[in-house]
Amino acid sequence: MKPRQKRVTLIAIASVLITSAIVIVLNVFNDNLVFFYSPSEILERNFDEESRQIRLGGMVVPDSVQRRSTDTTVSFQVTDNRNTIKVTYTGILPDLFREGKGVVVQGRFAENQMFVANQVLAKHDENYMPPEVAEILMEPKKGNTR
Amino acid sequence: MIPELGNFLLMLALVVTAIQSVMPMIGANRGNLPLMHLALMSGKLQFVIIFCSFGCLVASFILNDFSVLNVANNSNSALPLPYKIAASWGSHEGSMLLWLLMLAGWTFAVAINKKQLPIEFLSRILAVMGFVSFGFLLFIIFTSNPFERILPPLPDGSDLNPLLQDPGMVIHPPMLYMGYVGCVVPFAFAVAALLGGKLDSTWARWSRPWTTMAWVFLTIGIALGSWWAYYELGWGGWWFWDPVENASFMPWLCATALMHSLSVSEKRGGFKAWTVLLAILTFSLSLLGTFLVRSGVITSVHAFASDPSRGVFILLFLTIIVSASLLLYAVRAPRIGSGSSFEWISREGALLANNVLFLASTAAILLGTLYPLFLDALNLGKISVGPPYFDVVFVSLTAPAVFFMGIGPLAHWRKTEISFLLRRIRGMMLIALFGAVLLLLITPRWSPLVLLGLFLALWIIGSIVTTLVERVANIALKTRFSKLHALKKIPLGFWGMLTAHFGVAVFIVGITMVGAYESEKDYRMEIGDSAAIGKYTFVLDGFENKEGPNFNSTVGKFSVFSNKEFLVSLSPEKRFYHVQQMVMTEASIDTGITRDLYLSLGEPLNDGSWVVRIYYKPFVVWIWFGAFIMALGGIMAAFDRRFNLNKQIS
Repeated sequence: MKPRQKRVTLIAIASVLITSAIVIVLNVFNDNLVFFYSPSEILERNFDEESRQIRLGGMVVPDSVQRRSTDTTVSFQVTDNRNTIKVTYTGILPDLFREGKGVVVQGRFAENQMFVANQVLAKHDENYMPPEVAEILMEPKKGNTR
Repeated sequence: MIPELGNFLLMLALVVTAIQSVMPMIGANRGNLPLMHLALMSGKLQFVIIFCSFGCLVASFILNDFSVLNVANNSNSALPLPYKIAASWGSHEGSMLLWLLMLAGWTFAVAINKKQLPIEFLSRILAVMGFVSFGFLLFIIFTSNPFERILPPLPDGSDLNPLLQDPGMVIHPPMLYMGYVGCVVPFAFAVAALLGGKLDSTWARWSRPWTTMAWVFLTIGIALGSWWAYYELGWGGWWFWDPVENASFMPWLCATALMHSLSVSEKRGGFKAWTVLLAILTFSLSLLGTFLVRSGVITSVHAFASDPSRGVFILLFLTIIVSASLLLYAVRAPRIGSGSSFEWISREGALLANNVLFLASTAAILLGTLYPLFLDALNLGKISVGPPYFDVVFVSLTAPAVFFMGIGPLAHWRKTEISFLLRRIRGMMLIALFGAVLLLLITPRWSPLVLLGLFLALWIIGSIVTTLVERVANIALKTRFSKLHALKKIPLGFWGMLTAHFGVAVFIVGITMVGAYESEKDYRMEIGDSAAIGKYTFVLDGFENKEGPNFNSTVGKFSVFSNKEFLVSLSPEKRFYHVQQMVMTEASIDTGITRDLYLSLGEPLNDGSWVVRIYYKPFVVWIWFGAFIMALGGIMAAFDRRFNLNKQIS
């Protein structure tokens, strides 16, 4: 091949490779985006079992935490003071999980509107409230003034 | 009194760094020697001043001066002494002062090496570093003053976050910061060279040991952080692709690319423009990391009470540094020239491929880290990017890089005949493939990722052995020494490269085995119950109460049996820290070369039983061990005699 042809081939191969790499990366990226919603937003949107993983944030309803006596499954309710969603989780809750405090859970909806979490996100500080959750809990007040 | 002194010293340092960033630059442009020598003086002086100021902060912590806001918020009279000292960098303000201290330390190290570098070049370097110090001093004094007082003083402090009360936390931040901030040195070298218009292989040789040392600290810092997360957060993970971790990992990737590109610039005079760009990018990423971690845009253990003015300041500073250096690059880069030419199949080719792959994974991680922030800033919704994205992208980009890493040292500079190269790697390839399959036979189950991981690890080791054998044969042929004698002639830097590459192999074995074969189980256990994972049985013997200096804890007493034979006792704890009213899980780990057994206590249930989590983690220590071997290799490379320029000049 002449140098000129060689260069053209090289550029062609490189651009095909780079384009396909970018397409693949963006695809994987898109598949792994996890959206964050409040209980009210979730009820508006109607998620079903096939839906992708989502995050749900809000406050743990006081006295809603129940443990099954046979294994490590626990259930509780998460609220934004307007709507409430029931969550189940199997495993160990983080040290800072408390009734009446903010929480973020990640998972999917199962049948009968039950949110099955595979992750309960740990916070790092007792006084710390995830900003997303703080915002959600603030919203109803805004609603009242309207 | 002490806090006022510390504050005053900070002001003084501001003046000194202002002089340091302006005067030597003028001196270098006019050829004015006294002005240039000012750089050396102020470079050393600012270190002494900042060191003393930092000392004042540490003293305030040790003396329990709760009239200082920072001390009152992050310490307590019951806190053990080592943690009081560590608490001085446990807060935002203190950690910024540590950042500055490290920067001053690097400046000092450059300044006392004055014999090595031409004074004109050196004064430009110190001026650039002085400017960075100046910016951070402004930041500290106006937005994050660690010496701020509160009146009236509090009777006692609100204690250090219990998560940070750990020996790992005492050394992780200084190490990581040494690495982070160390990236300023190659940056300053690059900018000084651009300003002076002289970029040759001597410049690369000067820059190399500094870059390597910064990389070494960064490697150790990241490894310590990962190790800390593993045992202290209590849930067994070693890497979470958390934005804060990414913030330190991106400069690391870029610095790795820079180190390799510098070797081409030094040995072959090639890649010069590219190397300079990498030096600028590396430091920009480390500033970006500082912005992400310190501005509070990310919520994590590292993000302290967020204050918008801080974020804005760092962002502004980042913009100034990045745009000014890129502008300078754009103006001056065409003059640098691309250096000597090379064919695609050559050592340069392999190194370039690696560089591109490393930068591509940096870009992918950057996308995953910043995209959620952009969406949030534009009010388009709140999202997070799941770890699988990072896993998939990172593995698929670094696996080919590791493959090229095996080829690079075996290829010739400039041009290698493909048939020649194939002959050299054919044996290696077969042995690695065969070995990987053999090893797979003794692992519990087959998986393509394990095959890939083991193959790559063996591939690297094969490459190391082949490279070493050839190098020895080469030296023996040229010098007519015996092979043993030739072995002694191999320079330290070469051993360093082999060692660091070996570290990568060890690391790969670790992540491969943990990723494929770890198992985790949660149990409800009462006293006398037993739980099994693999061939290990865990029996809960009972509970004890323990009083710590600032906490009390419930300790679970477990006996572990391996195939019914007693192996070890483990005692995981649930601690309650009085001052912060915070519960902490302290895992108990039995570490071994081929596996860790990891036990942590969940929560007590109403019927007297506890939730207990048990992990079996094969080869997990290899991850950190591999990282430390890499760092060791880096140290060896940085201390190669070739870089000791005093001897060379004389």
